[in-house]
Amino acid sequence: MEKKSLKGRAHKLSDSNMQLEVLSAHQIKGDKFPAFSEKIAQFGFQGINARSVDVLQINLGKMCNQTCAHCHVDAGPDRKEIMTRETMKACLKAVKNSNVAVADLTGGAPEMNPDFRWFVEELHALGVHIIVRCNLTIILANPKYHSLPEFYKANKVEVVSSLPHFSARRTDKQRGEGVFEKSIKALQMLNVVGYGIEGSGLPLNLVYNPSGAFLPGDQQGLENEFKKKLRDNFDISFNSLFAITNLPISRFLDYLVSSGNYEEYMEKLLDVFNPASVTGVMCRDTISVGWDGYLYDCDFNQMLDMNLADNLPRHIEDFDGNVLKNREIRLGQHCYGCTAGSGSSCGGTTT
Amino acid sequence: MLDKSYYNREDLKKFGEISEFQPALGKKFFDYYGEVFKEGALTAREKSLIALAVAHAIQCPYCIDAYTGDALEKGSDEEQMMEAVHVAAAIRGGASLVHGVQMMNKAKDMSM
Repeated sequence: MEKKSLKGRAHKLSDSNMQLEVLSAHQIKGDKFPAFSEKIAQFGFQGINARSVDVLQINLGKMCNQTCAHCHVDAGPDRKEIMTRETMKACLKAVKNSNVAVADLTGGAPEMNPDFRWFVEELHALGVHIIVRCNLTIILANPKYHSLPEFYKANKVEVVSSLPHFSARRTDKQRGEGVFEKSIKALQMLNVVGYGIEGSGLPLNLVYNPSGAFLPGDQQGLENEFKKKLRDNFDISFNSLFAITNLPISRFLDYLVSSGNYEEYMEKLLDVFNPASVTGVMCRDTISVGWDGYLYDCDFNQMLDMNLADNLPRHIEDFDGNVLKNREIRLGQHCYGCTAGSGSSCGGTTT
Repeated sequence: MLDKSYYNREDLKKFGEISEFQPALGKKFFDYYGEVFKEGALTAREKSLIALAVAHAIQCPYCIDAYTGDALEKGSDEEQMMEAVHVAAAIRGGASLVHGVQMMNKAKDMSM
């Protein structure tokens, strides 16, 4: 498994324009592959508009202790881009002056940002619901992170953690050698302080995403299986499992292309396009903030450098919830990932 | 136009087209098929692993492709999938070997 990011390897797909070029090829095996906007138009949707800015999803940086094979952020230890305290202050101001109810912190490993704890405490003081997308292994990566479970608890953080499988083999193939064992240890540490334990009020949710060119199966079925295996084998409990479809972006796109699975995967997304999922896509209630403060419709648009339109506030310094809540979403071929099957979002299925 | 090989992986996607020549029976079959694989007394995941084992017993390349993907989607891992194949192999092997009793009976009947 590669230890470096696409950017660190000067890979051509580290350039978002190259990714968009691959994605915008409108022919798949000689057949016309419809543009996402055309596809939804067939079902009466003239574009997609937001309806609120309930969620501010904030990317604290691309720095990470892992280099997962499917990462759409192209994060890794060799990425140095992280959010400054000044930009965090702008985020706090935006939360304070708007109806944002949820601050969803992601990365990279958001905990590696030196201002992470300060930022979480400030958000907590504003009374906003905080989600931290924790990769689990960070808790064991360095003694200074061992206290993270207690810190999350003190700030009533909802912990959302990736665990692609209850077997070491499938987890390590996606996330790196030894990741499964450390993840299990980290989950046990979270359980010890009350996370994922019934009645504790401390939610621990897991993210499942497939380790390969296939779509996630039924979320409830997977949750049942994960709960049973993690309880029986490791005495671990958690609240919900979010089944997330991998979007063809960055390292997952590279995997699809280099393994010869790209066309089939895109066809599969198109085959199982579910018109009922269009109204529930997460971008309708979310604004994504990049490490440098620029605004996007979602984390995926962020990674493709698809900034908000020129006539909208484009940076967190200019955030205006009232202007952004009805904005037209920028669409692309990757959007098929969020409308496949039962629909997919950072909170799992959407239908 | 007929392809040069008997099996073409692209044909798997055309499975539904069997209804073209006999729509009424095709519909009955696919309705039944859909019902069979629904979550029931067995989970959809367990049924998927049974299907994978049967696919190997009947050595249907379409079924093997389809249920390898389906088993992965339903959260099974490589170890579980290979154990399912061993179940098929054990039954196939056992089916041959248990006939050994017939051979033994016959041999004993015919021998002094």
